[in-house]
Amino acid sequence: MEDGTDLSPSIAQIVQRLRGSHLHSQLERQAKDCLHRPEIKLESLKEDVRAFLKASGWEKRLQNAVYRELHVQLPQCHPTTPAEHLKEPLAYMRKAQASWEKRVLKSLNSMSTELGVPLARMRPVGEQKDLTNKWNEMGTDEPDLSRFRPVYAPKDFLEVLISLRNPNHDSSEDMTVKSHWGLIQVPLNIRDIPQLRQAYSELNLNNGQLGIDDHACVALHTCMCLHASVVVEQDSAAAQQYSRRGCPTGLRSDLWALTLNSTNQPQDVMHYEQLKAGVIQHDLLVDYLIYKDVKLTASNDDYYFVFEDFLYQVMLCFSRDTAVLEHFKYNSATPPKSYIHGKVGNEEFAVLYPPNGVIPFHGFSMYVAPLCFLYNEPSKLYSVFRMMYIRYFFRLHSISSSPSGIVALCLQFERLLQAHLPQLFYHLRQIGAQPLRIAFKWMVRAFSGYLSTDQLLLLWDRILGYDSLEVVAGERTAVLADLSTLKVMPLIQIFLFATAI
Amino acid sequence: MNHSESVDCTVKPPVFLQIGDAKGDSARSGVCVVDDLATDINIEKITFKNYYTAYVTIRLLRRKAEKEGSAKWCTALRDLALMDNPHTEGGSQNYFSIHRRQMQVEPDHVESLRLILRQPSSAWRLFNLEEIRLFPHKEPAPEKEVSDWLSNLIVVKQPPDLEGLPDPQTVSSSIQQMWALTEVMQANRTTASIGRFDVDGCYDINLLSLT
Repeated sequence: MEDGTDLSPSIAQIVQRLRGSHLHSQLERQAKDCLHRPEIKLESLKEDVRAFLKASGWEKRLQNAVYRELHVQLPQCHPTTPAEHLKEPLAYMRKAQASWEKRVLKSLNSMSTELGVPLARMRPVGEQKDLTNKWNEMGTDEPDLSRFRPVYAPKDFLEVLISLRNPNHDSSEDMTVKSHWGLIQVPLNIRDIPQLRQAYSELNLNNGQLGIDDHACVALHTCMCLHASVVVEQDSAAAQQYSRRGCPTGLRSDLWALTLNSTNQPQDVMHYEQLKAGVIQHDLLVDYLIYKDVKLTASNDDYYFVFEDFLYQVMLCFSRDTAVLEHFKYNSATPPKSYIHGKVGNEEFAVLYPPNGVIPFHGFSMYVAPLCFLYNEPSKLYSVFRMMYIRYFFRLHSISSSPSGIVALCLQFERLLQAHLPQLFYHLRQIGAQPLRIAFKWMVRAFSGYLSTDQLLLLWDRILGYDSLEVVAGERTAVLADLSTLKVMPLIQIFLFATAI
Repeated sequence: MNHSESVDCTVKPPVFLQIGDAKGDSARSGVCVVDDLATDINIEKITFKNYYTAYVTIRLLRRKAEKEGSAKWCTALRDLALMDNPHTEGGSQNYFSIHRRQMQVEPDHVESLRLILRQPSSAWRLFNLEEIRLFPHKEPAPEKEVSDWLSNLIVVKQPPDLEGLPDPQTVSSSIQQMWALTEVMQANRTTASIGRFDVDGCYDINLLSLT
């Protein structure tokens, strides 16, 4: 459909997004400062400045920033495409998402009314001081959370996905080409095993994987050198590529930060402090949901209970971060809206709630918990978590036709299971246990809390390396066993590459 | 994109083709023909929104410019795939644009456009194209000619010897720096948001809007 010359809109879009960013002003300052250098000649000003920026590593930083923009850029499509279509092209999915959101909002409204707790209010000065003092130990607080309940749990969301129907889809014939016995009845295009093998060729049994084949000392040493040089070079694209084979523990935090182009420069720290100020100033109902969620999930987990305070610090700030709103351009979800001063309908008084537009559900804090093993500085931890959320995790709890979305992942899981472990599939159905109902909650949390942390981090290496959640569907299929003792990657490898067709 | 640029045309209702006796045959058709009548238009591009059509073929009834009355049908595009897989959702409701460059013949003096839609999969109840629009071809505007006065510029003479005055090279390079800075500041429209979520410090909310 597209002309070969149609890279220019993409380029224009990236330029527009980077213009005015901190990197832009840093580049300008560097370019200006270098004018005094002797090697910069007036006659060849442009070339000399560019050569200088390249040699001093600034070109690489710009490349990384462009690389990050490419990941979040909307797919190029027809100029008359309305914004809602860019978020989600299928009308019936948009409708389903809208009605699901309405349910959630109604639930939140009634919780607020019943409990007499406002959705948002300014904290009195005394309370602000208290919170500032105990910022680093919010876990010691034991507020009465018994009245609060999560707005929804993954199983509620699963029911909505199961009821998704395309009104134009003819399912009158019992045995159509793609009919099957699963719960998801939406005809999305899913990759089968041969296609997955091609896409995930680095996971082939012949290739050494970090965390599995470490006994092969030479291979491990080579891998580690490669990874280390990537960190030295500060190359985002290379970092992503190397993550496909697993990251060495010591380098994982740097490699992930590089892949996500998540920096911890002064402006990032300042941004985090600004969010913290937002938490101190305003008290949100959503905060109590977060407290409750952390108490119910992470605090009860053997691996993560030590990070309770970090989780509050990250999650509360996350709710105040309006930068997250950017991702709604490509997320099928829409941030909830409200009006202050009772001026309903008056756009001047319109606000979004919570400020980041994301209402946490039961288990949400488990997206953050594993990252606490990698980053111990709150602003850095926050920065990486936010990037992970706006790139990947949001897809796990919104209704969309995206191949990386939860609907496609569920369908892929069911299809793979049916095709390659049919006896297991049939047995589970015989005993009245639909496989997806068992595996869905693992999926929504990207396995966090269900796998041991070292195995989970290896799995998340691949999510970053392949820039897709698809590997998680394969993982679920390979994993209907005792999770705590599982070795993740060998199972995926065996499932993808050793299954005889 | 400005919709008012598109040409008004009459789209006839789609005709589904059947083999044999249409009344007796209960199976759905996989081929549909949509006729779009225009009057002597040179087409720049055709845009439409898909609704579960797998392939589209475009045929044009073109009138030869010189001869009146002798119009001929020709194929401009054959079996363009709109969906990645006819059985699954990919591309089923997407917007498409077909430019004259993509067509096999020049779409000039077109009197009628025929879209032949195919959907071989039995998975779908209906298939069609919506919001079909034709955009006329406009000749590019001639390039403006360089003004005459530019060619009358006087050649700059060599600067005279300047004793006691600062080096012109230094002055010009620092002026150049300043100019570059002002250019950048003027052009700098930041897309960065400020980050405030309240309205004038107020963020007291009691109810979420459900509309």
